[in-house]
Amino acid sequence: MYEAPIREPLILGDKTNHDITEDICRPIEGKANKYWWWCFIVAVAALLWWVLCVAITVGEGIGVWGINNIVDWGWDITNFVWWVGIGHAGTLISAVLLLFRQKWRLSINRSAEAMTIFAVICAATFLLTHIGRPWLPYWLLPLPNQFGSLWVNFNSPLIWDTFAVTTYFTVSLVFWYTGLIPDFAVIRDRAKTSATKFWYGLLAFGWTGSSKNWQRFEEVSLVLAGISTPLVLSVHTIVSMDFATSVLPGWHATIFPPYFVAGAIFSGFAMVQTLLIITRKVLGLENYITTLHIDMMNRIILVTGSIVGIAYITEFFIAWYSGVEYESYCFINRATGYYWWAYASMMTCNVVSPQLFWFKKLRTNITFTFVLSIVVNIGMWFERFVIIVSSLHRAFVPSEWGTYHPSWVEVGIYVGSLGLFFTLFLLFARFFPVIAMSELKTIVKSSSTQAKREALKHGHSHVSHH
Amino acid sequence: MSNRKYWKSIEDLNRSPEFVKKAKNEFAEEIPIEKFLSNDALESSKTPRRDFLKFLGFSVTAASLAACETPVRKTVPYLFKPEEVTIGVSSWYASTFDDGADFCNVLVKTREGRPIKIEGNKFSSFTSGGTNARTQASVLTLYDTARIQGPHQNGKPSTWKDVDAAIESKLNEAAAAGSAIRILSASVTSPSLNSTISDFISKYPTAKHVMYDAVSYAAIHKAHEQTFGIPAIPSYDLSKAQVIVSFGADFLGNWIAPIQFARQYAQTRKLSNGKKEMSKHYQFESYLSLTGANADVRTPIKPSQQGAAIVNLYNALASKAGVSTLNANKVSFAKNIEKAAHDLWENKGKSIVVCDSNNPNVQAVVNGINNLLGNYGNTIDLTNPLNIGQGKDTEFTNLVSEMKEGKVAVLIMLNTNPVYTTPKSLGFEAALSKVPVSVSTADRLDETASKCKFVCPNHHYLESWGDASPKAKLFALIQPTIYPLFNTRSFGDSVLKWTGNTTKYQDYIKAHWEKKIFPTQSTELLFEDFWMKSLHDGIYEVPLAAASSVTWNFELSGSASEIAKETGSELEITFYQKIGMGIGTQANNPWLQEMSDPISKVTWDNYITMSPAEMQKRGFNTIHEKEEKMNTVNLTVNGVTLEKVPVYPQPGQPEGTIALALGYGRTMAGTTANNIGVNAFSLLGLNSSGFISYYSNKAIIANNTEKHMVVTTQNHQTLMGRNMVKETTLAEFQKDPKAGNHTEMLAISNGHEHKKVPAHTIDLWATKENPGFAKPGLQWSMGIDLNSCIGCGNCLIACQSENNVAVVGKDEVRMNREMSWIRIDRYYSSAMSKEKAEVEKKGVIDMYHAMEVPEENPQVVFQPLMCMHCNHAPCETVCPVIATTHSNEGLNQMIYNRCVGTKYCANNCPYKVRRFNWFKYFENDQFNYNMNNDLGKMVLNPDVTVRSRGVMEKCSMCIQRIQDGKLTAKKEGRELKDGDIDTACAQSCPTNAITFGNIADSSSRVSIMNKEDRSYYMLEELGVQPSVFYQVKVRNIEESTNQHHS
Repeated sequence: MYEAPIREPLILGDKTNHDITEDICRPIEGKANKYWWWCFIVAVAALLWWVLCVAITVGEGIGVWGINNIVDWGWDITNFVWWVGIGHAGTLISAVLLLFRQKWRLSINRSAEAMTIFAVICAATFLLTHIGRPWLPYWLLPLPNQFGSLWVNFNSPLIWDTFAVTTYFTVSLVFWYTGLIPDFAVIRDRAKTSATKFWYGLLAFGWTGSSKNWQRFEEVSLVLAGISTPLVLSVHTIVSMDFATSVLPGWHATIFPPYFVAGAIFSGFAMVQTLLIITRKVLGLENYITTLHIDMMNRIILVTGSIVGIAYITEFFIAWYSGVEYESYCFINRATGYYWWAYASMMTCNVVSPQLFWFKKLRTNITFTFVLSIVVNIGMWFERFVIIVSSLHRAFVPSEWGTYHPSWVEVGIYVGSLGLFFTLFLLFARFFPVIAMSELKTIVKSSSTQAKREALKHGHSHVSHH
Repeated sequence: MSNRKYWKSIEDLNRSPEFVKKAKNEFAEEIPIEKFLSNDALESSKTPRRDFLKFLGFSVTAASLAACETPVRKTVPYLFKPEEVTIGVSSWYASTFDDGADFCNVLVKTREGRPIKIEGNKFSSFTSGGTNARTQASVLTLYDTARIQGPHQNGKPSTWKDVDAAIESKLNEAAAAGSAIRILSASVTSPSLNSTISDFISKYPTAKHVMYDAVSYAAIHKAHEQTFGIPAIPSYDLSKAQVIVSFGADFLGNWIAPIQFARQYAQTRKLSNGKKEMSKHYQFESYLSLTGANADVRTPIKPSQQGAAIVNLYNALASKAGVSTLNANKVSFAKNIEKAAHDLWENKGKSIVVCDSNNPNVQAVVNGINNLLGNYGNTIDLTNPLNIGQGKDTEFTNLVSEMKEGKVAVLIMLNTNPVYTTPKSLGFEAALSKVPVSVSTADRLDETASKCKFVCPNHHYLESWGDASPKAKLFALIQPTIYPLFNTRSFGDSVLKWTGNTTKYQDYIKAHWEKKIFPTQSTELLFEDFWMKSLHDGIYEVPLAAASSVTWNFELSGSASEIAKETGSELEITFYQKIGMGIGTQANNPWLQEMSDPISKVTWDNYITMSPAEMQKRGFNTIHEKEEKMNTVNLTVNGVTLEKVPVYPQPGQPEGTIALALGYGRTMAGTTANNIGVNAFSLLGLNSSGFISYYSNKAIIANNTEKHMVVTTQNHQTLMGRNMVKETTLAEFQKDPKAGNHTEMLAISNGHEHKKVPAHTIDLWATKENPGFAKPGLQWSMGIDLNSCIGCGNCLIACQSENNVAVVGKDEVRMNREMSWIRIDRYYSSAMSKEKAEVEKKGVIDMYHAMEVPEENPQVVFQPLMCMHCNHAPCETVCPVIATTHSNEGLNQMIYNRCVGTKYCANNCPYKVRRFNWFKYFENDQFNYNMNNDLGKMVLNPDVTVRSRGVMEKCSMCIQRIQDGKLTAKKEGRELKDGDIDTACAQSCPTNAITFGNIADSSSRVSIMNKEDRSYYMLEELGVQPSVFYQVKVRNIEESTNQHHS
């Protein structure tokens, strides 16, 4: 098979299979460094703050938040949609890119999937805490019950949400875990203490590394990828229907499903960037997560960011073109009303800033990417805030126009959910292999790479190999 | 002896040997006890792990199950069931609310012996089944924890025996010494009470009864004495008036008998396809009153110009009548005076001019105007005058001087709180301290009672017998609906006791009616029958004599020259009463405190109203937002200063004037009312005639650095060019009854051609076979006539009382979390409109910004809004747990038990009528209102669930009343009739603006109303098919309102 000599390797540093094992297992087998501890302490502190704020909310009632009878959803649903959106990149990377045989995904898919799962957990906490009677969320599940013929309302987008999110979570979790099995087996086999051996042995699920194991592993991965791929589209489509199926101007829009999916991928990739740029630094994985990966992901950010931008403009166009008074006012108010700053932040962060990625210099600049990935997620948070709050605060009847300001408890729950997320992610980085090492080994071609390099050195223009 | 043999079984009969053997044993079969006991396992005390786990599991489960048990609440059943009380069935009693400030004939609904709801009494020709917010709320005042629980002496609880002995001896001493005894009360319209007071006066000849009203109508009294020789307040009949001109009189809100006037006024405003004439209403006023908000032509004037305005009107009419004119200062709004004069003259004898001034000179000129117009004997009746508002300011001020001089030995007070309601400059408090024996009969240790030697608490009217006569020849009865909650005594009984009369007041009333009132009728032969009928009806009316003509006997030039002396200043102030608070008698009533003011929509406060332009000029903050506090000022009027009075922007407030509501700033009314707002009564002063004046031509304001949070239930003031409220002018309506009521059209395509169809006819669910859902049987619907609705807010309190709606407090109102199921949206007109923007080529952003600003003197619309009970309800489809569903009677129902509180329904409600329980609003010290104490909870309607925290709630169209009505009809074996069922809001609406009924019945009132051309559904184009419809508001003005859409 012909291979271009100029093609950049997917991982750097002339890694051998053994190197990979050593590099990936080092954080798990060694002691955590002080960066990890500092991050962990901050994250756990934020998590405890989350516990306090949730306790206040459950104890007193959601009146401790700033939402009111005019704006009934505020930071809670904003955060929910934001987290669900972030959760999109993981599945996209592992499933869609697997199906498209994008090998560069292998350095990042593990942590992206972990991020997905933790993000969905964070999203779920908002679903649970935002309801008036948080001790009854199981009523949203179609469980057999003794309430007579009481059932859930299958017309309600919130029920679709329940199904979509739980399905997504389950499939992502299984997919992630399946991928982890061979890696757990590696750690098990390298274990020096019996406890480690026992626990990782348990997690490894009796993996022997036989060809049959590998064959089944490949098949399951493919099947799960097939199941996951539609979920990438469906989850945020359904989340968008919470809004799109309503009668509210600013929510009632058929453009929402594709627009939300693009936005979710956009924010998911930005979050992956944020996490990986930190991870590669902290865990010393620069050779595995290279500028190439960052560049690739930045391209996706650029594309999805542009889609989102077009969606924003389309919304405005339709508001004007439809001639619906309420719709057009809603958008005028969005851009010029009480929450104009949120709209402006959204436009700047989501539409303007990703356009800078047209420049390769910026796309491959790690510091710039890191800053921009955070900017994008700020923008995507504002997008949900704008959709939810700016539509609700001035809906049909002017007498019921008002404003919304979050209370410290709401802010606390948001900050705390970041704490929850990072606590989980840091634990993951400490105890689980952050890169799918077994799979990664499939792309290591150390001998051929060496041969290529040799050939280049000796002036041969082409190298072929089998 | 019998040979009969008894046996237990066949074996017993046969007595087989085995049987005989076995019969000796205790158990027929052998039980292996030995074997069981010899089991070794039993002797070992070891508990195997599995058993241990079983025991553990069992005990934990048992303990947790026991802990899960709902707390047991014991009820005590009736040992002997009272005849009138059936558990679960309400009893109704006719009674009368008359606290000296408000008068209303009412029906009291009681459940299990507790009054829980006030309704209007339709038998009364006076209030005709209407009530006002304060009447509705009076039932909660009964259950006020701040009520005093027994007689007090020198500030300490005492007994009636001791108190009576002390007071009687003091009375005797005073009478013997010839020193003055005074009874000070608000207007007493009760014939029996007046009779007991005369008995009292005959026993103690030095006694005198002085009546004083916190808001006085003495000038009207005085003026009629001067001009016609009849010292009375005439009865007014607005229903006969084609032209109504009011100078500041808020006759729909507070002036004299607002419930009656509102009903009469609405009669002149009702329109239908058949009736196309309505009255024309001019209002000249110095603050935006409820009445002014309803006026066709409203002219903002400075209070100092009022007299001049009236004299100018007199002159305009005098020149038409050809009589001599008076000396008058010029006014800037002469054009409107001229127009009013023209319309009045065109409708001589069918018009009315009223004025709120407490200056007899001004009232004399008003009388002159009505006399010129020949209104006396037509719309104004002096033959059968009103008994309301009899207080005489001069008698009161004389009393205060007597008290100051130490001449008054005993002062007994009823229904009055002068320490709070009198101007500070009058020095009543100091005067009171000079009275050796002061007796208050207040229901609480209020500002006055706390300074009295004796407090002899009067019953609440719902505990009490009594009678009232608001108008000549109209007699109403008050009957108890509950045994007195506390050791209180009705004032009548107290007076009888002190007079030495041992008759019970109840018997006294009966005797009085037998002697004085029974003979005026001939339909009932026996007094007992007459009494029972009157008690049942709550009212007895002697047929009225035709109003006899009156003779004018006064020279107005003196009055006019007095009026001409009036000077203005750069800042003048008017004092007014709020619809909820009135004079503040029921200030401790949380329903009234939280009731939003119909105009400003502010709750829990009084404040200076100032025109937004003037506020900007003075550098005050005009942006009202929930995180934004208002500036405060120190206000000085008549030498008295109130500090930190917030300033609130009020369109329609004339520049150079401010207004401040009375009734706030209570200090001893109870925890709810204390220190809410400022006491504007303290700023009042006397005018040149010695009457209390409710305005001052000189107010001084000095900026205070502190800011104050003012909270409202409505943040946005204008309609933004939307068509929620449709309106038109009378001329346009007469041309086309559908004027202003254009249907929203939508262009659709059937594949070949585009055509426009009414937007509401496009239906996602309809099929060819079934173009709309069939609606058989009952389909509840409600019609609201925006032309009749005056925005008084009676329905708000009626609904709150009926449906156990929680009070949430000021800060939660600020958070937009008020719970009221029905609200009245009030919009001010804006100078900007879509049409105008088009002409002026204004951009859409600028247009909307301009639309947010109310006009300087805005037209006002009111729109009551509750759950629309949409037949394609957007809330129902989005609820994940089916907690809100549709009934087959067209009702959108809330199932509280099932609600988990996602609030999605509220977000998806286009009308925003859903209310969420953000907290637990009952038994929660953070919400220390009536639902937080056992006494206050007695007012709760047992038919309506008290909602728990975390659930959504909203208007149910009084489903409990619907069920009750259906069951009653079923029990009586008949079909439901139109009018059997009325919602709380509709029942007591003083203007009958709300009609409720079954729209599937084509002959029901609501169906007939629905077919009128003025009827429209709000936001119909959304296709949600609401069940509540409105009727277009019609203004009797010349210019086009520019509000409707084409």
